[in-house]
Amino acid sequence: MPIDPKDVEWVEEPPMNFWESTFLPAVFDGLRTTGNHVTDFHPVTEFYPEQKPNLPTQYRGVHRLNRDDKGRVKCVACMMCATACPAHCIDIVAQDAPKDDPDWADRDKFPKSFVIDELKCIYCGMCEEACPVDSIELTSIFDLVGLTRQEMMFDKEKLLSVFDQTKDSGKDPIRTHKGKLGHASDFTNLHTLGPATAVRLDDRAAKAESAGVIE
Amino acid sequence: MLEQLINMFPEWARPFVMPLLTIVIVLQVNLGVCSYLILLERKLSAWMQDRIGPNRVGPWGLFQPVADMLKLLLKEDVIPGHVNKVLYVLAPGISVFTTMLAFAVVPFGPVPDHLSSTDGQFPFIIAPGIDLGLVFIFAVTSLAVYGIILGGWASNSKYSALGAMRASAQVVSYEIPLGMSVVGLALLTGSMSIEKILLKQADAGILGWNIWFQPLACVIFFAAAMAEAQRLPFDLSECEQELVGGWHTEYSAMKWGLFFLGEYTHVITISFLTSILFFGGWQFPLIAESSSNYLGSTLVKVLVLMTKSFGFIIVIQMLRWTIPRFRFDQLMGLAWKVLIPLATLNVVTVMIVKQFQLNVWWLLPMSAGLFLGAGLVGTQSTRPFARRKTEVAVEPHGHHAHAH
Repeated sequence: MPIDPKDVEWVEEPPMNFWESTFLPAVFDGLRTTGNHVTDFHPVTEFYPEQKPNLPTQYRGVHRLNRDDKGRVKCVACMMCATACPAHCIDIVAQDAPKDDPDWADRDKFPKSFVIDELKCIYCGMCEEACPVDSIELTSIFDLVGLTRQEMMFDKEKLLSVFDQTKDSGKDPIRTHKGKLGHASDFTNLHTLGPATAVRLDDRAAKAESAGVIE
Repeated sequence: MLEQLINMFPEWARPFVMPLLTIVIVLQVNLGVCSYLILLERKLSAWMQDRIGPNRVGPWGLFQPVADMLKLLLKEDVIPGHVNKVLYVLAPGISVFTTMLAFAVVPFGPVPDHLSSTDGQFPFIIAPGIDLGLVFIFAVTSLAVYGIILGGWASNSKYSALGAMRASAQVVSYEIPLGMSVVGLALLTGSMSIEKILLKQADAGILGWNIWFQPLACVIFFAAAMAEAQRLPFDLSECEQELVGGWHTEYSAMKWGLFFLGEYTHVITISFLTSILFFGGWQFPLIAESSSNYLGSTLVKVLVLMTKSFGFIIVIQMLRWTIPRFRFDQLMGLAWKVLIPLATLNVVTVMIVKQFQLNVWWLLPMSAGLFLGAGLVGTQSTRPFARRKTEVAVEPHGHHAHAH
């Protein structure tokens, strides 16, 4: 369907004045601008491999798995990150914490294996947002290379070693609850939260005294 | 010394010694200069854009051209399966050959009088004594478009074909103002020989340079020559944003490099021609007059000419990073509506001066008048949008019929 001529708004270019229509002054004007950049030279280039960029602290690079104060992996294998991940790049196998070990008395589960496919990851930071114990975090490491795809599958040990490498570098401080597990594990009694949406009255979860505590 | 060199050869070979020596020197210098001009252009563009430019290979990146050349030579030379092989391989060769051939009649130093090929004088020109030098150059450089058209057509790709079509239309259009702009010079000098045009200016001193009599022709020549060499802002034929790479989309490795060698040789030729035709060639007050005959004066003259040409090369490269590319209709409009009429009128002014035997200095105000007149016409000319607007205004009935 042709456009109604009434709806067309013709944008009139401003009429050229005398010197503009001779073109040459504009050319010399442009040459002066570019020439000034040459004579008054302030490069903004960074010499990358020698000179690392000064990234903001919220930069989202390679993941790490934080350790708690006992040096254990902070992760409680709750699968929140794997669920939140839009790229489905996190693969977690959970295992029950050893019952008879007093060191593990405060923990129910821990990840037996925790693999992130760094090639699939889109570095959106959703996992970091989802993690209830501040275990998974994105560091400012951005220059990640590998010779094979297998190398880019980061397992638990590798992610923990990223934590060991970056925790003292200054760029990636441990952001919350240093030395402690996150709130989800640190407390045994949590206040009952009101349901976010309307629920049926006979819903047992809505009546529970404490949310999210495993007996 | 050169005479001894010539005498080492048998009698029949002696006339060929000096030309071959000159060709070898020109070719080698040209290749070296071209590769370093590419480095200069990259550096210059970097400086203009507040970058640093190539600086990894050697000190300040000075060995970058060597690395580039090695890369081009060692890269896999892909010939796509869908091309016309003969023309595809031939095209870069034509492109380089024609631009190199054009340089044959360009003097790059003080050409000695009474030159003979056996007396051991270095000629400073590959083909001395060609009276139709100007015509030769325009004939040969417009042949360079054959390289582009053949390359684009043989590539059997739409981008290449479009680039080649644009290139041919552009070169054909700009050939006219290019030729017309130097007709005035030929009339003023009474010769089409580039050496004679140079000598006349050199004898007359700095106030005899043609730029004083033909400033408008100089601007037209420079613009048209840049269009002829497919340099920005006239590089519609390679036009990366629209045509990938234009006519050289399907080319790789050294074949691609040859196209650019041709382009840069063309730029060098243009710069030499501009400084020879309009800026007195090797003449410069006090240090390089036509009468100066001191020791090393020949070298100084060569250096003066090189410096002038280098200045124009810098201007061409700076223009590339300053002015945005024309739209194709603007490009054609510039050639047909502006440059060709102006060049023609410029020839008419020269004819008037010659016919009525006026002082040649009358040409300066006449050129200025033409230039300003063109500007005045430019302010008055109807723009396409304004025309469309009036067309829209006269058909409200059509709209009425559609609405029901």
